[in-house]
Amino acid sequence: MAVVNIDRVLFVAAVLFLLGLTGVLTRKNILFMLISIEIMLNAAGLAFVAAGSKWHQPDGQAMFLFILAMAAAEVSVGLALVMQIWHQHKTMDVEDLNKLKDE
Amino acid sequence: MSTLFYLSSLVAIVATLMVITRYHPIHALLYLVVSFLAVAMIFLSLGAPFVAVLEVIIYAGAIMVLFIFVVMMLNLDKDTALQEKQWLRPRVWVGPALLTLVLLLEIGVLLVRGDLPALQLAVVTPRQVALSLYGEYLIAVELAGFLLMAGIVGAAHIGKHKKESLHRFLREETDAHEASAGDAREVHTGDGEGIPEKERKTWQL
Repeated sequence: MAVVNIDRVLFVAAVLFLLGLTGVLTRKNILFMLISIEIMLNAAGLAFVAAGSKWHQPDGQAMFLFILAMAAAEVSVGLALVMQIWHQHKTMDVEDLNKLKDE
Repeated sequence: MSTLFYLSSLVAIVATLMVITRYHPIHALLYLVVSFLAVAMIFLSLGAPFVAVLEVIIYAGAIMVLFIFVVMMLNLDKDTALQEKQWLRPRVWVGPALLTLVLLLEIGVLLVRGDLPALQLAVVTPRQVALSLYGEYLIAVELAGFLLMAGIVGAAHIGKHKKESLHRFLREETDAHEASAGDAREVHTGDGEGIPEKERKTWQL
């Protein structure tokens, strides 16, 4: 039974990925940037699963599992960094974090 | 099945659009949960039930709980939302939105001209995924374990609540600025030698 064209699925993945990219580019709050990165990772996983389902192979889902593990590690370290930034600078604005800049 | 796919992808796109336009972090996170659940439905309609379940449990469950806990610990309130509102003016988001729209159009054109065949649905069972994971991907699974271990250790180390953890060179600079003396730099060359007692204490914490 034919369900949908594979290009529709890939298009949805592309839309989600680019929404995440727009979020990273437009937001100045570091928490929202992390959330947008999560959206992008999820969209990449959707593309993998779609490809795996196209070829009837389990490899796409295996790749999704690795993306999941990577996202979990990235989020834990990223949120720890966000908490440190908040405790030391009392701001979430990425443009305030310029202590390493040469003046 | 195809109705399920179209409906859930519509929900996913709308919810994600709401995520990147909300001012309050909690609202954005709740919309993100909706988006993840919709993507789980897409996985189900693509014949990947195992991954759909994992999406609900790990993404919408564990990772979102981490985010929500952090938002609660940071005590972000109406002021943050107000600041977000000031930051997110059309002048800021129009440029990136247009650029990504161009990218989306390019991908769309590529996909339309590719003329790909329809997807023949065949459920890839958890059994197949597990055999593949612990067969050909065994080393990658172990590497993912290393990565998670590094993530735990890194998060525990970075998230430690220190009183003050300025890098020692930066602190030196601020001290020098305060004393307006330029030659305070050469004091801190050795390994902890010549550092005042107070500073050494903050190091060891």
